[in-house]
Amino acid sequence: MIPGTGSLVPLLIEFPFEWTYIRSIVYVSLYVSLVAVALSTLCGLPVALLIGFAEFRGKRLLASLINTGMGFPSVVVGLLVLFAVSNQGPLGSFELVFTREAMIVSQFVLAAPVITGVSLAAVSSVDQGVRDAAFAIGGTRFDVALVTIKEARYGIATAVLAGFGRAISEVGSVLIVGGNIAGPDGESYTRTLTTAIQLEARQGRFETALILGALLVALVLLVNAIVVRLGSDSGGYR
Amino acid sequence: MTIQRREFLALAGSGVVAGLAGCTAMSDGGEDDDGPAINGESITLTTTTSTYDTGLLDEVNASFEDRYGVSVETVSQGTGAALETARNGDSDVVLVHARSLEDEFLREGYGVNRRDLMFNDFVVVGPSDDPAAIGGTESATEAFDEIAATESTFVSRGDESGTHTKELAIWDAAETTDDDLGEWYREAGQGMGEVLTQADQSGGYTLADRGTYLSMQSDIDLEILVEGPIEGGPELLANPYGIVAVNPAVHENVEYDLAMAYIGYLTSAEGQRLIGEYAVDGEQLFFPEALAEEPNFQQYVPEDWGGTTDDD
Repeated sequence: MIPGTGSLVPLLIEFPFEWTYIRSIVYVSLYVSLVAVALSTLCGLPVALLIGFAEFRGKRLLASLINTGMGFPSVVVGLLVLFAVSNQGPLGSFELVFTREAMIVSQFVLAAPVITGVSLAAVSSVDQGVRDAAFAIGGTRFDVALVTIKEARYGIATAVLAGFGRAISEVGSVLIVGGNIAGPDGESYTRTLTTAIQLEARQGRFETALILGALLVALVLLVNAIVVRLGSDSGGYR
Repeated sequence: MTIQRREFLALAGSGVVAGLAGCTAMSDGGEDDDGPAINGESITLTTTTSTYDTGLLDEVNASFEDRYGVSVETVSQGTGAALETARNGDSDVVLVHARSLEDEFLREGYGVNRRDLMFNDFVVVGPSDDPAAIGGTESATEAFDEIAATESTFVSRGDESGTHTKELAIWDAAETTDDDLGEWYREAGQGMGEVLTQADQSGGYTLADRGTYLSMQSDIDLEILVEGPIEGGPELLANPYGIVAVNPAVHENVEYDLAMAYIGYLTSAEGQRLIGEYAVDGEQLFFPEALAEEPNFQQYVPEDWGGTTDDD
């Protein structure tokens, strides 16, 4: 026993959770959101670059469609994904309903427009001169894309963070497609921090809900801090 | 068709045994050969918020998993939604409490082998100052009449749950129609816990299942004003729970054998003992019913049931 920890013991005893429970819902929250954000970035960033570089008819329309997607109501996404993955739906044979994969699909649909849209804004704001210079010194399209990404990296990081924020703080769609499932052993299967908060509030355990809420906010802050830190470390032009 | 029926009878009749045997045979080859092949399998249960929020299922499911190595993934939705999810073949077994909706589910051929599982009762709860003066009323319909007459705040579940279905049945019995409902009648569209909290905050009345009320009693100021049959109240407030397997002939993907094993376990002496012993703050929440002298065992296969099985 470390001296001076005596006063902490009552606090730990009163803490209304099992640690395995907390760990597992934090894990599920992060796993689902991070995978969805990674996939969204992989798909959204190239699209943003393509639209940002190319000049074509309907470019404005496409951009405004993406912007509309940024504000698409998450419960509607949940509902549509549920129809798709339900055993009656077109993806029914994959048996995705009430799984983490279904949650990832819905988070992807929610985060992808945000990441694409904000990245597009960032890419578009890169000075045309930078691209011209890159071409001028004999760069391929790929090189030019890399230079642009490097120029727009803060904007792109903001895009990824915004997508992550939307994914991890989202409750409606993950509740519908994931089912908020936790095992009797206290291990979360599809329960995230947000759906756990919803459940606690439903049961009138507001203190518990509040603690989970604080944890969620802390987690979002932590991820933001890490991304900002990574951004500043790799900064500078080469 | 006849063969199909006989198969169900055989499986249901021998309950757990048949369920396990069938499953072991089915999953041969895919699994390691150590131990029973159902180990690590899972079934999806859709159920009402009341059974979930009281914590009963955590306990019963943990015990089932210990015994069979089959985990139960519980989705709590309210009776209407739980049955709808099962209709879509997205769950393997449903545990709900609205007999009329269950019967419809069975009649349409989506569910087989319904068993009475347990019961508790509903209570009418309200603020301690009781503005509609329903305390001491023996009848739920009279109490509802008084609430309507005095236009006292009433919070309804409004979510097609079993409790909501019961509430509507009581309004019906009290001969209150939609026209009699005014601003005092609020549809929350949420779970029992949220509705109790809302009623508590707004000094209103509501119909609650005793289990959820007891489990939240310490956090709210609402009092029981009309008792259910457990404490000698009217039979109208009875709250029986049934458990139904999803028909594998309609949805090929459902884990029928495991669902039957689960139903078998919950209605066995051991499962029933767990249900009877489950208590929150020393109060028993659910009363086992499957081991009654005349268990209401329903082998419900509708006469005109066809089509779905003839497809292949």
